[in-house]
Amino acid sequence: MPLTTAKPLSEAGDQTQALLEIRNLETFYGPIMAIRGVSLDVPEGKVVTVLGANGAGKTTLLKTISGIMDPEKGRIVFDGHEIQGREPHQIVRRGIVQVPEGREVFPLLTVDENLSLGAYTKSNRAEIAQARELVFSYFPILAERRQQEAGTLSGGQQQMLAIGRGLMLKPRIMLLDEPSLGLSPLLTQEIFEILRRLNQEAGMTMLVVEQNAAVALDLANHGYVMELGRIVMSDTAERLAASEDIQRFYLGHANEGARGERRWKKRKTWR
Amino acid sequence: MEILQLLLSGLANGCVYGLIALGFVLIYKATEAVNFAQGDFMMLGAFVMIGLVNPQFMGLSFWLAVPLALLIMGALGYLFDITILRQLFGQNQIAIVILTIALGFVIRFVAGVIWGHEPLNLHSPLALGDVRFGEVVLSLADIAVIVVTVILTMLLWQFFQRTKLGLAMQAASQNQMAAYYMGIPVKRVQGAVWALAAAVACIAGILYASKGAVDVSAGFIGIKAFAAAVIGGFGSLPGALMGGLIVGVIEPFASRYLPPGYSQIAPYALLIIVLVFRPHGLFAQVRTKKV
Repeated sequence: MPLTTAKPLSEAGDQTQALLEIRNLETFYGPIMAIRGVSLDVPEGKVVTVLGANGAGKTTLLKTISGIMDPEKGRIVFDGHEIQGREPHQIVRRGIVQVPEGREVFPLLTVDENLSLGAYTKSNRAEIAQARELVFSYFPILAERRQQEAGTLSGGQQQMLAIGRGLMLKPRIMLLDEPSLGLSPLLTQEIFEILRRLNQEAGMTMLVVEQNAAVALDLANHGYVMELGRIVMSDTAERLAASEDIQRFYLGHANEGARGERRWKKRKTWR
Repeated sequence: MEILQLLLSGLANGCVYGLIALGFVLIYKATEAVNFAQGDFMMLGAFVMIGLVNPQFMGLSFWLAVPLALLIMGALGYLFDITILRQLFGQNQIAIVILTIALGFVIRFVAGVIWGHEPLNLHSPLALGDVRFGEVVLSLADIAVIVVTVILTMLLWQFFQRTKLGLAMQAASQNQMAAYYMGIPVKRVQGAVWALAAAVACIAGILYASKGAVDVSAGFIGIKAFAAAVIGGFGSLPGALMGGLIVGVIEPFASRYLPPGYSQIAPYALLIIVLVFRPHGLFAQVRTKKV
């Protein structure tokens, strides 16, 4: 009876599957277990943020997704396919792009060449030209500096170039590693405003790793808090922003009675 | 007139140094390792060509043998990278440097076994006697060397500026991690750089063999080419070529105007002077890392 056999299929269809699913991921950084069993979901069209201090394992998490590091255990499922342990270029071809921490542009190449390299895995010229126009529509300053060497751009412009270079892939998901790092509060606001527009206008799915909880939670739909390689909290962004622990540790709103050492809680101290 | 004569023959020698230096810099930029076998690659390229062309070996036509020799050397460079060097990935740079020195010994030994230790001449259509421009006498081989080097330099420039692979090579050398993030298969690109460097060394070898006899120790001019690369600024491709030309030009002038023997040390004396006054080399792309 063909009609009755259709039932399990429709059941499977009812399940809402996230675009990116991470299950029980464990990654070692040398002898150190940097990711200790992390599970998280990034639904399509949403912005998810991972908050945490230095050394919490946030960057390692992104590197494991991008294939720069191989996980010891666990699964990374992207659009229904397991991708853990693949080569980085295979993962990029699936539409996952990482915008690395600290900008990491190609300093001696021009802005235009940097953007071209973002579309390295693409070969359709019309599509690449269209992606370039999209990048220039979000970052007009890059259009003005097309022929300039990327190393001579200001920090904020380099961050814009790094994001624009990632957009050239027309990615299905962007992994952003501390886009606010080293930027003034004003520039941070500007960058995050553009990220918000990308999400709302272009429907871009993003996984944003941040120490700056205020801007990240403002942008995100959902947030996770990571400490020493584990997810210790997971909630909607509004509820996380309202929670007392987050306010105290990440937003700097110390309540009355907080002890003195809270004031010099170690934040970003080097680099 | 004498000065012009010295200058031109010096330039022809300098082109060969420059092409070997180019190989040093290509590999250094891509992998941050110095390939001390680069001079021996040049020697091997010359002998592969002799093996293909000379009547006592295979006796192929010169113009058929050129692409064949380039292909063989390119393949050897690529194979060396993927079979041996990749096993050392992540090891200390010193290990790779020692490995390339050992590779030089192996190449010299194998070439000696195959082609013998006597100097051999390449049957080259480029070695066809001399031309006179007034008082200046130039061998056709010298002119061919200069012309080929100019053309090759322009081709390489176009390759790095215009092609996707060339751009990927630049990207992988400037910021390897970011290259991975862009989906560039960095290890394959590095293999391609080794192939390119070996092919450039092969061209240098063909030119060198067209100018005179070669034996298996010809690869030691790689040391002079290394000095040239440092003078030009290790890490700069135009610098490598310019360094080669400078070293090439200095030699005939030193042997003409300085007491006997000084021409041998002139390139290294210049190397020391450059290192003292411009430690990054004459044409270096100096990039200070912002914190």
